[in-house]
Amino acid sequence: MKPAKFDYYAPVARDEALGLLGQHGYDAKALAGGQSLMPMMNLRLARPAVVVDINRVAGLSGIDSGESGMTIGAMTRQRDLERSAEVRERFPLIAAAVPHIAHFQIRNRGTVGGSLAHSDPAAEIPALCLALDAEITAASSRGERTIAAGDFSLGLLTTALEPDELLTEVRLPWLDSDGESQWRWGFREVCRRDGDFALVGAIALLRLDGDNVCREARIAMFGVGDGPARIPGAEAALVGRAVDADARAEAAGLVSQAVDPGSDIHASAEYRKEVSGVMARRALEDAVSG
Amino acid sequence: MMPLIEIRMTVNGREYGGRVESRLTLADFLRNELNLTGTHLGCEHGVCGACTILVDGEAVRSCLLLAVQADGATLMTVEGLADGDELHPLQAAFQENHALQCGFCTPGFLMTAYALLRDNPNPSESEVRQGIGGNICRCTGYAPIIRAIQQTGTV
Ligand SMILES: Cc1cc2nc3c(=O)[nH]c(=O)nc-3n(C[C@H](O)[C@H](O)[C@H](O)COP(=O)(O)OP(=O)(O)OC[C@H]3O[C@@H](n4cnc5c(N)ncnc54)[C@H](O)[C@@H]3O)c2cc1C
Ligand code: FES
Ligand code: FES
Repeated sequence: MKPAKFDYYAPVARDEALGLLGQHGYDAKALAGGQSLMPMMNLRLARPAVVVDINRVAGLSGIDSGESGMTIGAMTRQRDLERSAEVRERFPLIAAAVPHIAHFQIRNRGTVGGSLAHSDPAAEIPALCLALDAEITAASSRGERTIAAGDFSLGLLTTALEPDELLTEVRLPWLDSDGESQWRWGFREVCRRDGDFALVGAIALLRLDGDNVCREARIAMFGVGDGPARIPGAEAALVGRAVDADARAEAAGLVSQAVDPGSDIHASAEYRKEVSGVMARRALEDAVSG
Repeated sequence: MMPLIEIRMTVNGREYGGRVESRLTLADFLRNELNLTGTHLGCEHGVCGACTILVDGEAVRSCLLLAVQADGATLMTVEGLADGDELHPLQAAFQENHALQCGFCTPGFLMTAYALLRDNPNPSESEVRQGIGGNICRCTGYAPIIRAIQQTGTV
């Protein structure tokens, strides 16, 4: 047998799941899609004493459009995001990014909440949440709280979630286009093979007016540090000016300067730093021309 | 420690049951308890695709599911493709195009291709390439696999 022994619970009610996590604390792991936890358990890199399978818990999945934004349940499969007409229409950025997560067999199981809670620095969903100013809801038997996406990642595979907390949903505020300006987006990532984790990825969101002058800019990078990162310097360099080739090159240079990636067997730090600028520039080009 | 857990599931139209440890993966349950050894295990951490089966209609890695999670589910494995001695058209196309050599990867490719062609009949070459991106073959160089899937067209 591959995984070490554990006690298995498959609660159907949310309170029951929260009770189990509260009772077992650090000894317990929630099991969502299993696409990160199960590999670690098979390799015995993770050996939780208690597994709380949340796949049968009612009310944790679904995509809902509300007045102020879209709410996505933690157990919503990555594949359901990809297939959702609502997501394609309201957040085409997400629809474009999600097919880059692994392979379809993995997206069939992998969940939105699992990707956030696992917090791989090269993962797409945490970077999307950061770019889209998402609010993440965490529940425990102590109550419920909301965590801004910017405060959620605390470094490599570490998040603001406490061991007794269950991530229950993510809320994405609408990108409001007023009469004078419109949100445009670009998404780029580079990897060796289709479906691999990104070596470097860039998300650009620009609110542009009729003359292509930038009113608001967000640039989120992933794969280049301990977690996804916004690049405020590059964002500030774009606001108030036309996003022409010069502006894009300048912002891209600032991105490259700002990131501090590490080296691993997949790519060197120098490569990642250089390519960060290239990905950011191309994402900005896509945003302007898209 | 917890007692064994009782599970039931439908595999290729037949009912099966078992009493398993929580830590038994679905792939090991199929292979070692149900003797359905067509499902192969390569990496056991989600990378190679050899263990791909359909659970409630969707292609998934059976090495990354626990057997207890499949309680009540409907499964299809590579053994469910052929009709007696008659190969499924997808299997026949693999044979005709030499889409296998050692055959280790084949069950995973067949189940992946089955889901692919069901959801998107007559895919383009690049759609097939994308679709089989999560399955590794160390023998064929992929070209014959792509030909076989395109030739089959629909399932
Ligand atoms: C071959 C392969 C390639 C991959 N490539 C990519 C890729 O390119 N990009 C990418 O982003 N991901 C990739 N992944 C990872 C995949 O997206 C996972 O699905 C994801 O990281 C974890 O989601 P999950 O639902 O499977 O979570 P699980 O594996 O079930 O859980 C992961 C962790 O999060 C915790 N957790 C899960 N849900 C909750 C919750 N609701 N509340 C609190 N804690 C929770 C678990 O306890 C565990 O610690 C890949 C995986 C594989 C196997
Ligand atoms: S054995 Fe399951 S993906 Fe390799
Ligand atoms: S036929 Fe040998 S690995 Fe594919």
